[in-house]
Amino acid sequence: MTKERQVCLSGTGVTKVFGLGRRKTVAVDHVDFSFYEGEVVSIVGESGSGKTTLAKMLLGLLNPTEGEIYFQGQKRDISTHRKKREYWKNIQAIFQDPFASYNIFNKIDTVLLDCIHMRGGRGLPRAKKVEMMAQACSFVNLKFEELTNKYPFELSGGQMQRLMIARIFLLMPKILIADEPTSMIDACSRATILDMLMQLRNDIGMTIIFITHDIGLAYYVSDTVYIMERGKIVEHGSADTVILHPREAYTRRLISDVPKIYEEWDLSTV
Amino acid sequence: MEMGKTILEVNELTTRYITRFGESVYAVDHVSLKVEEGKSLGIAGESGCGKSTLALSLMGYYFAPLHYMSGEIIIDGQNISGMDPDEVRKSILGREIAYIPQAAMNALNPTQKVLSFIEDVIQAHDPYRTKKEIYELAKGFFESLGLPAEVLHKYPVELSGGMKQRTVIATAVILFPKVLIADEPSSALDVTSQKMVIKMLRNLMEDGFIKSLIFITHELPLLYNVTDDIMVMYAGQIVEKGTAREVVFDPLHPYAKGLMGSIIVPEEGVRSVKLTAIPGVPPNLKKPPMGCRFADRCKYVMPECRVTSVGLRDIGGGRAYRCLLSEEELRRAYKHD
Repeated sequence: MTKERQVCLSGTGVTKVFGLGRRKTVAVDHVDFSFYEGEVVSIVGESGSGKTTLAKMLLGLLNPTEGEIYFQGQKRDISTHRKKREYWKNIQAIFQDPFASYNIFNKIDTVLLDCIHMRGGRGLPRAKKVEMMAQACSFVNLKFEELTNKYPFELSGGQMQRLMIARIFLLMPKILIADEPTSMIDACSRATILDMLMQLRNDIGMTIIFITHDIGLAYYVSDTVYIMERGKIVEHGSADTVILHPREAYTRRLISDVPKIYEEWDLSTV
Repeated sequence: MEMGKTILEVNELTTRYITRFGESVYAVDHVSLKVEEGKSLGIAGESGCGKSTLALSLMGYYFAPLHYMSGEIIIDGQNISGMDPDEVRKSILGREIAYIPQAAMNALNPTQKVLSFIEDVIQAHDPYRTKKEIYELAKGFFESLGLPAEVLHKYPVELSGGMKQRTVIATAVILFPKVLIADEPSSALDVTSQKMVIKMLRNLMEDGFIKSLIFITHELPLLYNVTDDIMVMYAGQIVEKGTAREVVFDPLHPYAKGLMGSIIVPEEGVRSVKLTAIPGVPPNLKKPPMGCRFADRCKYVMPECRVTSVGLRDIGGGRAYRCLLSEEELRRAYKHD
């Protein structure tokens, strides 16, 4: 991490309202945030707290009702499709459900080739492309020779999620949004996935934004933690401060909801 | 150790899948276990190691491609292995043994209200109950479990994920089964709903609605907090068993040790521990390796491991593990790391 921390993505008063009139739902309510380069940030909250909506706005999949998002100090402009594609070179995502994240008609080769093309590698010779794909696969402990001519649904959940990371490896975005990347896979593969993400962060200085409900995971991976409750950010700060010395009752409740092994798990609080 | 009555006893149970190409996959291989009254047993292991197949096999209700091979299942003195599947469904399931599947939230019929689902369940076992009786029973039961009675008049889509899960559990135990098998009941829920589900399972045990619980998950911190004993499964076999505290804090089998390396909890000191992942994938059970099934992924593998089949070593106090190395050798190896 550099001494002068550069703000990579920030927002002021970002709000998203779904519906109109009486059926109005304020999913994200005037949140301010600034994420620094090379930092691992976690946004933690229970279901319905608006964390995924916030992630979608960061990705540009939803437009904020109010407020501005700044990318590298500039006001983000994704008004046209072309600008959006340009923006997506810098920001990418891994989603919760690896089974639903792939185009089922595309083979794995196509999935990876698309990434190379997106980084402007369309004119490269075929051999070079294959080498790049093989390198990406070996980064995530997959064998490219075994994957060619296969479809993503022929892989297991953990393998699919690793292929997602191989995509990120080829795309090298500045920011990665990981929306519950490990909640559908088992605890043993989880360690592998987290290790790979951390390695990417260290190698190319990517900012990783974790969206999770598991505060234990957030504590393990992140430098900074944002706690969301009903669309508002109620607490944020360094992981150690927030998790070990929480100020808000909501944060304390989230922490108490996770099973512990060194302390007694109090079940009476629900 | 010898105290309560044994509710469920399984001896050398072996079941297999027969694929459409006629190959056999031995997903549960000579598994023996015992659950006493008032006790709970946890089954841990990564995906594809036979946890869920074991759960299905324990019910004694087999349907293709799962087939029963050998061994016995004794529930409260009654041997149910080898019984006719229809007979099992009528008299065993629901009354003696109940099962909560992995995607329990999808177990409810979206076109029916919860109450009519419960009516179906009860009438399948007792056709002479009237709807009024069933309603009174269900209402009382739901309220005693802390679920609002309005749930009965709702469609599944109107309920939240955690509420659906608790409804399914309540429906599963409405006939007061002796054993409840919960297969990852909380893995699709967020932490708050998970806690509610766990609390409900605990209450069921404490209030005597069920006599014993088998809880299957890959989340070890959860297992540690819910169950008395833990059994670790790998490639269809039990590789380690012991009390929850022993297995979590003092694992003997290298696989169990590896699993403990993947624990994440929000407690001080966790950030400095490096997560260890077990490299590789479980073996293909169509052609299980001749020797130890974990040999290919084991850090401490020796040439003998690949040729000698390893039995479960009982070291007393209910503790057992499946490895060629002795207790001292394993402990020394772990200390060395």
